[in-house]
Amino acid sequence: MKTTSGQWPLWEVFLRSRNGLHHQHVGSVHAVDAEMAVANARDVYTRRGEGVSIWVVPSAAIVASDPGEKGELFEPALDKVYRHPTFYEIPDGVANI
Amino acid sequence: MVSPTSEQLLTYADGALILSHRLSEWMSNAPTMEEDIALGNIALDLLGQARGLLQHLGNEDELAYFREPQEFRNPLLCELPNGDYAHAMIRQLFADAWFAEVWPQLAADGTVDIDVRGVAEKAVKENAYHWRHSSAWVVRLGDGTDESHRRTQDALDAIWPYRGEVASDQWYARVEPVLAQATLTTPGRDAWIQRGSADGWHTEHLGYLLAEMQSLARAHPGATW
Repeated sequence: MKTTSGQWPLWEVFLRSRNGLHHQHVGSVHAVDAEMAVANARDVYTRRGEGVSIWVVPSAAIVASDPGEKGELFEPALDKVYRHPTFYEIPDGVANI
Repeated sequence: MVSPTSEQLLTYADGALILSHRLSEWMSNAPTMEEDIALGNIALDLLGQARGLLQHLGNEDELAYFREPQEFRNPLLCELPNGDYAHAMIRQLFADAWFAEVWPQLAADGTVDIDVRGVAEKAVKENAYHWRHSSAWVVRLGDGTDESHRRTQDALDAIWPYRGEVASDQWYARVEPVLAQATLTTPGRDAWIQRGSADGWHTEHLGYLLAEMQSLARAHPGATW
């Protein structure tokens, strides 16, 4: 099975590390089907014990934001530093928060 | 159960070592980058298994780098040249099915040295993955396109005579269903079998393989990284 570009379809790989709570994107592999994608992800991305669980997703299934809309999507958040927890001073009397 | 002899352990060690070297020859030449890394992983697993046994049997470097071809005890299967990917995967399937019998037996054998059992226990899991990899590829290639089917059947016909040193009832029971699923025709259990390496006979290919594998250690004895 080949795509029109002559390459096998691309899959995005997500790994959950030994002490991690959620899967994180680590890269991509080429594979003809899901089973091969998991096998290839195992061979390419877990050689040094990086993961205990693998997810693969067809790259074509990923919907991305438009780089051209970067301004309207992300810039409004830049000047709202009060949304960061470090913005507030914690009174000395508070032992735990 | 009769404890394996040193000669048998050497057969397993040499089989893993020589096959590991053959797989390493694929580096940068496999059909895809992902397969390149997969074969490298398998080669390293096999090398680790070989080292574990060779360290038990003597000085691993002496054994790996300073023996002559006729002193090697690997099944001839393991030294066969790479050929195309169908040849590589059929050879791997045969070897993986052999080790699938070897490692659990060693791991469960209380008369075997504790270090050897340790090697075997680790190898059981490694082998399970190798088998998954090779059997999936044999089915994919055999039951694939007309060309991949033809090439895989050619590979099976060419390598089948070399099953003699690794085949048992268990081995056939493992291999035959995969070949059937791959829509390949086996020449049959009674088909001709190539003479084995037990008395020091090898194919012409082993000499060339060793010339390359041993050249560095022989040119620079005792060299370290």
